[in-house]
Amino acid sequence: MTDDTLLSARGLNLRFGAIPALVDVAVDLWPGEVLAIVGESGSGKTTLLNVLSGRLRPDDGVVWYRDPSGRLHDVHAMPAPKLRALHRSDWGFVQQDPRSALRMGVSAGGNVGERLMAQGLRHYGSIREQAIDWLRQVEIDAARVDDMPRTFSGGMLQRLQIARTLVTHPRLVFMDEPTGGLDVSVQARLLDLIRSLVARLNIAAVLVTHDLAVARLLAHRIVVMQRGVVVEAGLTDQVLDDPQHAYTQLLVSSVLQA
Amino acid sequence: MTPMLQTAGLGKHFTLHLRGGLTIPVLQDVDFHVAAGECVALVGPSGAGKTTLLRSLYGNYRADQGSIQVRHHGSMVELARAAPRLVVDVRAHSMGYVSQFLRVVPRVPALDIVAEAARGLSPEEARDRAAALLLRLNIPRRLHALPPATFSGGEQQRINLARGFIGRHPILLLDEPTASLDAGNRDIVVSMIDEAKAAGIAIVGIFHDVSTRDRVADRTYSVAPLQDAA
Repeated sequence: MTDDTLLSARGLNLRFGAIPALVDVAVDLWPGEVLAIVGESGSGKTTLLNVLSGRLRPDDGVVWYRDPSGRLHDVHAMPAPKLRALHRSDWGFVQQDPRSALRMGVSAGGNVGERLMAQGLRHYGSIREQAIDWLRQVEIDAARVDDMPRTFSGGMLQRLQIARTLVTHPRLVFMDEPTGGLDVSVQARLLDLIRSLVARLNIAAVLVTHDLAVARLLAHRIVVMQRGVVVEAGLTDQVLDDPQHAYTQLLVSSVLQA
Repeated sequence: MTPMLQTAGLGKHFTLHLRGGLTIPVLQDVDFHVAAGECVALVGPSGAGKTTLLRSLYGNYRADQGSIQVRHHGSMVELARAAPRLVVDVRAHSMGYVSQFLRVVPRVPALDIVAEAARGLSPEEARDRAAALLLRLNIPRRLHALPPATFSGGEQQRINLARGFIGRHPILLLDEPTASLDAGNRDIVVSMIDEAKAAGIAIVGIFHDVSTRDRVADRTYSVAPLQDAA
């Protein structure tokens, strides 16, 4: 067990006008670890995800990322091209709406292959081979490789986005409600897929979800947010089964039992 | 005998913020230990805090006071209020838990649920051992490929047991492992516990059924209900 974090944030503050979106937030993430950020809508969880991934600049505070050679980078002080390169290689981002991440006018295989080409791969045959391999890994029929995403169902689009994200073997993946908006039957399959891929490839992930059951199944640790403040953080099952903070107790006791 | 798990002055209370901050003390000054190859049964009336103690030992509940020392990678580590990563690592390598409820990703086959809890095996070996354990617990092969959501309570409990025993963790915590099993399956669980003990595994359990408890436990530890402070 190493003590070196993959990602560390300290003193993050951000206001949208009068609304505090992040209040003195600190986060650590270690390699291979899945961290869930939970809270109600408007609690600041997606804002935190965007700030951690460098997509949104905080008013105050710092986010450190440790690259594979052990060097630390201040994510918000990086030149834009360097940050983009990071997003194309070491990092991945899975959005709630796959349509905003995918290129809807490009074939399924093209969507997956594009990330590889952005990394400089040029051999068409090998790109196509890897794209097909990844379609299989996310349980999309290889025969659909040349089909356009618009012919895919919502669950398939989300799996395609995951294939597109993971094809470059990122070390760190940010996920914003990856199972939100899907039928529950599709959700279960996607959860199992994310869980097994993350474990097998030893990927670290920051996962935003409002669904505590999703957090329980996927995350090692959990951060509970309310009005921009991290009110509780810890081991996932401990926070959910023995919540200490009043807001966490309210969240946990408000879940409907199926 | 090698101590595997040891508590000193362990205390636990619950504060119910949604009930005006009502405080319910459950455990106080628990001094408890279990050695390698030993099985200790927690005894006490319903509601005394046996499950709370077991869950605190596993880190599922947060211990408020005192210490929980666990043998991990050859030395004793402090688990009470430990960093979550340490607890995750202890669970991965040193301490297993069989709960009363099976909580798993929906639609995953029973065999995979058990196999993925194995430690240090190739995927094929893990599946072989999972299948063998399930068969031993009288879960027929035709059920192995099915997700356990539709299984009976007793079948789900046996999936849970297979999942708990496959990892062969040096410490194993069992919460009512035989509660919904018939006599035949109880006997199988008793023999699995005996084999685990013979292999040096330390076991802490809650056994509702007194005859099962008498067969497997070397000692009992009494958990007494506390007076309500409120």
